Amino acid sequence: MIYHQHEVVIIGAGLAGSRAALEVSKVADCAVISKIFPSRSHSGAAQGGMGASLGNLDDDNWEFHMFDTVKGSDYLGDQDAAEILAKDAPEVIYELEHLGAPFSRTPEGKIAQRKFGGHTLNFGEKPALRACYSADYTGHVLLHTLFEQCIKHSVRFYSEFQMVHLIVKDNVCRGIVAWDICNGGLHVFRAKAVLFATGGYGRAYKITTNAHANTGDGLGMVLNAGLPLEDMEFVQFHPTGIYRNGILMTEGARGEGAYLLNKDGERFMKHYAPTLMELAPRDMVARAIQTEINEGRGCQSPEQKEQGIPGDFVHLDISHLGEAKLREVLPQIFDLARNFAGVDVAKEPTPIQPTAHYSMGGIPCTTDGRVISDHDNTIVRGLYAAGECACISVHGANRLGCNSTLDATLYGRRTGHTIARDVGDMIYEELPADGPDEAQKNLQWFFDADGRENVADIRSELQDTMMINCGIFREEKLLTEQLGIIKNLQDRFGKIGVKDKNQQFNTEVMEAMELGHLLNFSEVIVTGAVARQESRGAHARNDFTDRDDKNWLKHTLAYRENGDIRLDFKPVIITRFEPKERKY
Amino acid sequence: MNTVFKIYRFDPESGRNPRYQYFEIDVTKGQTVLDALIEIKAHKDGSLVFRRSCRSGICGSCAMQINGLNKLACETQVEDLKSKTVTIDPLPGFKPIKDLAVDMEPFYDKLRAVLPYLINPDSPPTDKERIQSPEEFKMIELATSCILCGGCTSSCPSFWADKAYLGPAALVKAYRYVFDTRDRGYSDRSGVVNNKHGLWRCHTIMNCNDACPKHIFPTEGISLLKRKVVEEKY
Repeated sequence: MIYHQHEVVIIGAGLAGSRAALEVSKVADCAVISKIFPSRSHSGAAQGGMGASLGNLDDDNWEFHMFDTVKGSDYLGDQDAAEILAKDAPEVIYELEHLGAPFSRTPEGKIAQRKFGGHTLNFGEKPALRACYSADYTGHVLLHTLFEQCIKHSVRFYSEFQMVHLIVKDNVCRGIVAWDICNGGLHVFRAKAVLFATGGYGRAYKITTNAHANTGDGLGMVLNAGLPLEDMEFVQFHPTGIYRNGILMTEGARGEGAYLLNKDGERFMKHYAPTLMELAPRDMVARAIQTEINEGRGCQSPEQKEQGIPGDFVHLDISHLGEAKLREVLPQIFDLARNFAGVDVAKEPTPIQPTAHYSMGGIPCTTDGRVISDHDNTIVRGLYAAGECACISVHGANRLGCNSTLDATLYGRRTGHTIARDVGDMIYEELPADGPDEAQKNLQWFFDADGRENVADIRSELQDTMMINCGIFREEKLLTEQLGIIKNLQDRFGKIGVKDKNQQFNTEVMEAMELGHLLNFSEVIVTGAVARQESRGAHARNDFTDRDDKNWLKHTLAYRENGDIRLDFKPVIITRFEPKERKY
Repeated sequence: MNTVFKIYRFDPESGRNPRYQYFEIDVTKGQTVLDALIEIKAHKDGSLVFRRSCRSGICGSCAMQINGLNKLACETQVEDLKSKTVTIDPLPGFKPIKDLAVDMEPFYDKLRAVLPYLINPDSPPTDKERIQSPEEFKMIELATSCILCGGCTSSCPSFWADKAYLGPAALVKAYRYVFDTRDRGYSDRSGVVNNKHGLWRCHTIMNCNDACPKHIFPTEGISLLKRKVVEEKY
């Protein structure tokens, strides 16, 4: 076991982690630990834009942005957090531009902005041009810009290190243990402050936009440390994933004017959101698509037609924009549709289906990024969270498009500020004697595992069943069934076999470890979904179709205790906008 | 369709020489080379090592040599290869670590060498962006889509012969900043690129252009940089 000491350790090198690292490294010794090379982080897959009310092309202001974010959250978002998000967004965007981020430009040379779902002018009147973009490579160029700035400021990276253990004792974080994937061996990192920027968990679902790396490891480790997760039942399905593989087709396509069409060639969104149509928020569009499919208006593949099977996708049509325009504003979409759907978007529509995309829930924390351990907002000293793994909660029950790149960067920066302020007064807390040993024991378990169960098979079963039983539409019977399935898969996980016993680059052990996390927090998602007897944002119950503010305008906190999940609740912060019916 | 995957295996802990191992799997329509590797790892040999993450051509993890050409495994349809046996090797020119994973550190070192960040001592305007015209953005747009997969540098015979050569990926990054109208770092960077292990090691063999999954055409950027260096000097 190798010991390190850094004042601040950041886990994850996406937009949140790298932006925080830039702040922290100004004043403290800071290391970033990432299980993949920093520029491979999944923030790079964000395509369409980053929201900010610059008003470069219309009369936008931060209050409209805040209102849209709150309404989009189905009023579950904490309004103090949404206010910070909307107010600070322009400053954060300008700062990125000043750091060298390349943006598409208006004819006057300002940052170009496009429409995105649920973003409006004047409290819902008409779509706002709010998403700042770099063609459809926005996340990619922002991630690379921040990574390059980290190079400039000599931020210390431990690349291809997988965190395996979070050391928290007496509500104080003391460090972490990580595994060197390339060379093998455990490394103990003592730190005054640890920031989780570990991203999302789309890999709990079969159809997802998310990378293979997005297995929610950070969430599993927080649960194992006895700390809660918040609002995990809210899972965002992006409306437009490529049929069968779920790869993202940016909302920017609809922002630029794409239509959604059912098998009759009808723009069916007029029945669901007559004002905003295709630019309604994601939860509504995803439900609309699923409803069209469920009611027999899905498009059919030639094979489905031949065999008389109902279609299970709809069409995203953008061909009317013309090839020249498409190549200018959506070049990546061109390649993705060609490579993964065999479609030329300039000539024909792309078959799409909703795809698991984003976690509104996560590690509960304050607007300064301090992780909390209960409904009284008790701070876990030395532990911070930012980005998709955190739940501040900005996005409540449903996140708006182009608010996640913003959330990650803005709250990454803000939490970086917090840590930079705090770290001067902090000390290296004593490591509990058993912390590193426990990590060693857990890792050894994987190397010794010689049961008959197959990791990939358990993972597929989890992904398939989460899709069916805890997807866009939910009901008690299926959710309860899913809890039983997860329990069973957890049992089987105890009997897995790992054939590769090598120390170096053992990705078989890595995948087994990731599966452990998936099985851990998926139980939290489903437990929260069973409990929440209402429909709000991305959580749509067939057996409780209305929002129930009287009983459920509150956040869920979930703890793992003695093997089971215990739920607690915490109030929503409402400042400016009283909950209203949500129509678009 | 049954397809044989002939895969380079190398396990440094075994002390054995690298070898090829053959796996036969039934490939369905739409399956990519990465899907096939994942299937092999899941059900035939869990010890097979390859890097992957986004599986949509944006993270740059899964560049490898497929039937002799550098490609991203994730966006290569097996069907399109039209071959009964698909041969998969690690990226050439880089040191293999284990199976298809190679040591990328020297590649990243070259990226760091070209000062891959905006250099501009002037304070930016407060509360607004620097102005850049759409045409000026166009000059660098394609170069900014580089995903650092290493496919171009690994395909370059000049790099195979001269491991100190910066290679196309690092030079594309240099181009991206030198030709960014907001950058003032030319004098800092010119020394790095204007030498025999830099721009002038490019002999326009143009393998890099075929290897780039983002259609960046590194040779063009390198040529424009060469021209700039000459113009600045004379």
